Amino acid sequence: MSQGESTVYPYIPNSVPEIKRQMLEATGAESTDEFFEDVPETLRFRHPMNLPEPLHSEYALKRHVDGLLSKNTTAGEFLSFLGAGCYQHHVPAICDEVNGRGEFLTAYAGEPYDDHGRFQALFEYASMMGELLNMDVVNVPTYDGFQAAATSLRMATRITGRRQILIARTLSVDKLSKIRDYCKPDIEIELVDYDKETGQMDLGALKTQISEATAAVYFENPSFLGFIETRGDEIAVVAHDQDAICVVDADPISLGVMTPPVDYGADIVCGDIQPLGMHMQYGGGHAGYIATRDEEKYVMEYPSRLFGIAPTSILGEYGFGDVAYERTSFAVREEGVEWVGTAAALWGITAGVYLALMGPHGMQDIGEGIMARSRYAMMEINKIRGVKAPLFQAPHFKEFVVNFDGTGKTVAEINQALLAREIFGGVDLSRERPELGGSALYCVTEVHTKDDINRLVKALTEVVS
Amino acid sequence: MAEQDITQHRYTDGRPNLRRFHQAKWDEPIIFELGREGQRGLLVPEVEEEIRDQVGDVLATLPETMRRKKSPNLPELSQPQVLRHYLRLSQENLGADLNIEIGQGTCTMKYSPKINDQLAGQPKLAELHPLQDEATAQGILEIMYRFEGMLKEISGMDRFSLQPAAGSAAIYTNLSIIRAYHESRGEADQRDEIITTIFSHPSNAACARTAGFKVITLYPDQDGYPDLEALKAAVSERTAGLMITNPEDTGIFNPRIAEFVEVVHEAGGLCAYDQANANGILGITRARDADFDLCHFNLHKTFSSPHGCGGPGGSACGASKELARFLPIPLVAYDGERYFLDYDRPLSIGKMRPFYGYAPVVLRAYAWVMSLGAEGLREVAEIAVLNNNYLLNKMLEIPGVSAPYAKSKRRIEQVRYSWEELTEETGVHSEELGIRAADFGVHYWTSHHPFVVPEPCTLEPTESVSKDELDEYVAIISHVADEAHTDPVLVKSAPHNSTIHSIDHTPLDDPSRWAMTWRAYRRKVGTRKT
Repeated sequence: MSQGESTVYPYIPNSVPEIKRQMLEATGAESTDEFFEDVPETLRFRHPMNLPEPLHSEYALKRHVDGLLSKNTTAGEFLSFLGAGCYQHHVPAICDEVNGRGEFLTAYAGEPYDDHGRFQALFEYASMMGELLNMDVVNVPTYDGFQAAATSLRMATRITGRRQILIARTLSVDKLSKIRDYCKPDIEIELVDYDKETGQMDLGALKTQISEATAAVYFENPSFLGFIETRGDEIAVVAHDQDAICVVDADPISLGVMTPPVDYGADIVCGDIQPLGMHMQYGGGHAGYIATRDEEKYVMEYPSRLFGIAPTSILGEYGFGDVAYERTSFAVREEGVEWVGTAAALWGITAGVYLALMGPHGMQDIGEGIMARSRYAMMEINKIRGVKAPLFQAPHFKEFVVNFDGTGKTVAEINQALLAREIFGGVDLSRERPELGGSALYCVTEVHTKDDINRLVKALTEVVS
Repeated sequence: MAEQDITQHRYTDGRPNLRRFHQAKWDEPIIFELGREGQRGLLVPEVEEEIRDQVGDVLATLPETMRRKKSPNLPELSQPQVLRHYLRLSQENLGADLNIEIGQGTCTMKYSPKINDQLAGQPKLAELHPLQDEATAQGILEIMYRFEGMLKEISGMDRFSLQPAAGSAAIYTNLSIIRAYHESRGEADQRDEIITTIFSHPSNAACARTAGFKVITLYPDQDGYPDLEALKAAVSERTAGLMITNPEDTGIFNPRIAEFVEVVHEAGGLCAYDQANANGILGITRARDADFDLCHFNLHKTFSSPHGCGGPGGSACGASKELARFLPIPLVAYDGERYFLDYDRPLSIGKMRPFYGYAPVVLRAYAWVMSLGAEGLREVAEIAVLNNNYLLNKMLEIPGVSAPYAKSKRRIEQVRYSWEELTEETGVHSEELGIRAADFGVHYWTSHHPFVVPEPCTLEPTESVSKDELDEYVAIISHVADEAHTDPVLVKSAPHNSTIHSIDHTPLDDPSRWAMTWRAYRRKVGTRKT
């Protein structure tokens, strides 16, 4: 690896001293230091950086990183019922195969001629999402569901020229934090209460709070707390009666069995596509979608890239390109709509692969299977003395709130005891949602078998008794 | 047949010929045109009978309005068909692994080591849930903590958040911090202006506007350096901050950067350093030494994580001691025994995205630094800059191209070239040259808008290409420039060896014809008789 004093780095072809010498000679420079002539001496960092000793060999590096990662215990090794925005679904092998292809993995921003495949794959992703959502316009993914929600709300304020947003109070504290920060400059956010029994948005309160100043009414379906907002159509009517926009945040994996929000009145639909073929990756699998009808006033308010299909000079050939590029910050800097930049395109391609594999029947099967398992889990957990599941009397999709107030134990105590039994219990809501008492948010998906659920129930029964 | 030297086509008169390239062309249909009714690409786990018996018809628990009536009109394909379709599309994509990827200046298209992809893809990371008990995630938390330590040393800043999703998200995060800082001093209403430069990434301006600031954009002086006098004229008691790149997208390092920072500080503003172009200055100069309050790095650029067709990337926002209290929550901390997520930060601007950042990207960036160490990082900077200046010399030998500004000066990480002279002589535009270059298996990008440099072309070789590859790239560009003189029609009608031919862009700006989904296309255009 070394030639005399100097290290030759495998990732740096011209680190070979002789090549370096030739190149310096070609540039007429004595040393590479000359290239930094514009960096004033007062700003030059003249001593070695204090970094860990390098692991030059690939094997040593692998040993080191493997050693660190071995300190993790995964949701595959333990039995996990964690959700709350990041979900353990099965990732089809083809999803990893496609997003691991170097042509996709290492591409960036080539022209539609260099990167025809990227454009087509993302156009197809948007098209399949469009079928799932029953909508004509879907963006190239933004960062995550939080950003998708925050941008959807700002879109609504621009479309309506109004500044107030009404949000169901059941939203997660984290997502609300993001929305508040993103809407801070000039948007007022009001929370709408929910029914303590059912979790449903309080329509009476909504009607009181909505006004001519309201740009949008926003709710999640299924909600962060797992229940389904069954009166989405009525909420949309209340919004539309005031000429406000109805924004619905929907988990795409629910849409094989649940009504696409546009069919009960949503104008903008948004969410996170992590469930569609992305590993959890400690929160690294997120990407956001935004969908609308194909109306110019909506399209022109997207900050994201939108890829459209177009003819080429050869009849029957498909080309692709940016739709209405002039609205973006790439084209007109601060005069554009919000901003656009590197986001999460590879996850969009992957979600497309997922939907192509699943097809209409797969999406229906998975939705129904998740509902059956989570319902079974709720029924069995509810049989445990002192435990209530679900807390909200409403239909649920894959998550549900379990209340432990009758057990005399805190969720933290219960989760510690479950952990000792190699189970990750549901997300503790006690601090975020004190009004729910000692409650946890459990998530059950297609990866959970009957035996898994029974194991949880047995463990919980032991733990709370 | 007489025996021939089968390598002879590689050379003419002892000089190498261009590669006889043709991009893959599968003429691959849109996925909706493929498949047959009833085909399945994946079967999902069946629900056990006991569960079924107990829960009954679960769909009946949904009210009528919430129960999907009509199946989504998704394509129906078997698994091998899905795979073939996507592998064909992948072949019709020119990733950095394949081509001499120096044509996307400002993007730092360096080599993304495969070992790091392999490490990041392991179940030990892929199957981690972000809300697991911290005791079960000590490995990834330690990686995040150690990586923060590296960034602190590389930049001189005091704390880092790894949460922002990518470069622009980091810019926005820094703007939120600037706003929070002025709010904490009761000056938020007064300080509503952000200053940036035209050769800083457009997101510096666009994020500032989104965050509610007015934007002042400085143009360069005659030599291409950001104009200090213009800055002095721009600052006032309304200045919230300065968002600036250095070296700028022209490749020119602003030697008076510390004075810029001082001028803004004296006016009461903060300074945020967009370090998207940090690759050429690793170990050479540091953000904090120029007294910046905030900075950000792009982990998918400088720190080698692959660009993924436009993300997921990753970013890291660095703050001075004074501003660290505003960083997003949580930060990763260590109490001497265990790593943990520190949420106890009451002045934090809150959450910028779900959870803590793109963990696999952080892992790759960490592994990349570990593979190089302090000397290696400096070698990265020196070779990237050597490559860039070598390329600059070779490029300037091509008639018709120039490197505007800072005449006879060296450049750092990239160069924004101009084909103005060639365009005047031939009528061929820079963008057309770039598309013709695609016929030889390489590409280049012009510039962000507006085109301050006329007929621009931005090249950034990084440390990842060999001298021979640089020579090959220049030979291609030189050949294309020559064609612009000898056969401009050939260049203007390019591409000829690509997956597709010249695109008619007019429908993309026409609301009656644009189509962002296949269903919209079928509705608007596809059913028309032609």
